[in-house]
Amino acid sequence: MMKGKAHVYKKDHINTDEIIPARYLNIDKEEELAKHAMEDLDRDFVKKVSKGDFIVVGENFGCGSSREHAVWALKGAGISAVIAKSFARIFFRNAINNGFLAIECKDVVNKVNDGDNLEIDLRRGIIKNLNNGKEFKFNPFPKFALDIIKAGGLLNYIKTQYEKI
Amino acid sequence: MQTITEKILAKHANKDKVKPGELINADIDVIVCHDVTTPPAIDMLYKFGIKKAFNPDKIVVTPDHFVPNKDIKSAQLTKRLRKWVEEFHIRNYYEVGNHGICHALLPEQGYVVPGSLIVGADSHTCTYGAFGAFSTGVGSTDIAAAIATGKLWFRVPESIKFVLDGKVPEGVYSKDIILHILSDIGVDGALYKAMEFTGEVVKQLSVEARMTITNMAIEAGAKSGIMEPDKKVLEYVKERTKEKFEMFKSDKDAVYREIKEYDISDLEPIVAFPNLPSNGVPISKIKNIKIDQAYLGSCTNGRIEDLRIAASILDGNKIAKGTRMIIVPATTEIWKQANKEGLIDIFIEFGAVVSTPTCGACLGGHMGILAEGEVCISSTNRNFTGRMGHPDSKVYLASPATVAASAIEGKITDPREYL
Repeated sequence: MMKGKAHVYKKDHINTDEIIPARYLNIDKEEELAKHAMEDLDRDFVKKVSKGDFIVVGENFGCGSSREHAVWALKGAGISAVIAKSFARIFFRNAINNGFLAIECKDVVNKVNDGDNLEIDLRRGIIKNLNNGKEFKFNPFPKFALDIIKAGGLLNYIKTQYEKI
Repeated sequence: MQTITEKILAKHANKDKVKPGELINADIDVIVCHDVTTPPAIDMLYKFGIKKAFNPDKIVVTPDHFVPNKDIKSAQLTKRLRKWVEEFHIRNYYEVGNHGICHALLPEQGYVVPGSLIVGADSHTCTYGAFGAFSTGVGSTDIAAAIATGKLWFRVPESIKFVLDGKVPEGVYSKDIILHILSDIGVDGALYKAMEFTGEVVKQLSVEARMTITNMAIEAGAKSGIMEPDKKVLEYVKERTKEKFEMFKSDKDAVYREIKEYDISDLEPIVAFPNLPSNGVPISKIKNIKIDQAYLGSCTNGRIEDLRIAASILDGNKIAKGTRMIIVPATTEIWKQANKEGLIDIFIEFGAVVSTPTCGACLGGHMGILAEGEVCISSTNRNFTGRMGHPDSKVYLASPATVAASAIEGKITDPREYL
């Protein structure tokens, strides 16, 4: 069970240039990138986030570049999951490969207020708004993706597969 | 009853057929690496104790994003890239001076053949679909896994067929066609899908012009863009490689998620307004948008044909007062060819600066960054907030012809007035 505060951006197509601008792509360390997470969308983002918090957004989150720096910046800033109506595919892949939660749920962005406290139950596929008790169901991850997340990312997963052989 | 995409994926998963939704573990033919997303992948390889690639000859590396190195941090990244290239015995390395924007460089140097499966740690890897290859962008972790194992997992995508009919009017180019399609379907209009382009118009277009269309499939959220290879592709590829390949075609009864038809005959030049590539507006509806900068380059439109089109418009003219133009040939070979044809002289006489190949300002890296409030018309692929510089600068996307005509007048201009 994960608990955290919701940072709600009622916006579609939040792209990788907004999540981590290219002027910071000359660095690749999570803690450095984290200082600039979401900078061009919300200058105060990093200050607002506490460890374990969630981002709640609209459609096609993470569209644009293939930069995995977008996932690292959010992870480094303390975000533990992004809840979106939908995700761009490379961002989604990068999230899974890093063991970072990208949760697809259509309802949350319109029914949760900025700052509400949420609880995510991965096993049951339920997001609960702790401020008013409302629950939202999300599509559970396919087994393959869940195995990668559980292993802590794709490379750890591959390593365990090789060890099995 | 399979699409070209399904046939290529089935072959690389050692299966007779695959269907959309199916998860496969596929063999990779070519891995594309550059200076931004590969260094983190290299760290991962070392961290996991991986000291060699599954096959170093299937990896092609060129520094392209921040080259020549723009600052100490980017120099450090490229240094890591070079060291790794040596340690992993990678022969297909294109050093600065012989380099190019990867998606222009790989086809030019003969690494892209029909029927192959190509991945790159760059979203515009979908470009190679113009050759009838399945190609898609991935992140650094995926590229590390591909380098180590030669395989990656994929979900077989559904395909959407885009039938482009009619005749391309004068002054209208493949860039206008893809901006028109993006405006119709939106930046998530093909999310997770394969965009298959077909029809009379595709046949009319040159191989280079086709690449502009498949290059921007990612701007609709697609996994890949693809076209059936034809005689033009065959000629282009055979001039550059002796490698054997297989040409796949979609079956007549292949299943598509959707079929979209477009008649291009009446299309006008299209300009995509800030801040999405899908904000296309026909040029006849655009009045008086002043520009500070015109940018011609990128993996989308920095090839020799693009430079020729621009030069034919710029020749004998002078840049508008208060406007600057930056021209970036996409590869060293393109630079040399442009020089040989006298295009570089035309550009300099016009008042443009000509840069060495680099992704440069397209992604707000260097060599033409915008200040607060500045406006740029650009032949590139994205106009997101802050894409080419300050978060309050603006980028309008257009064809090389529209970019050139706009540089002459200092405002967004219909290129047909200069043909």
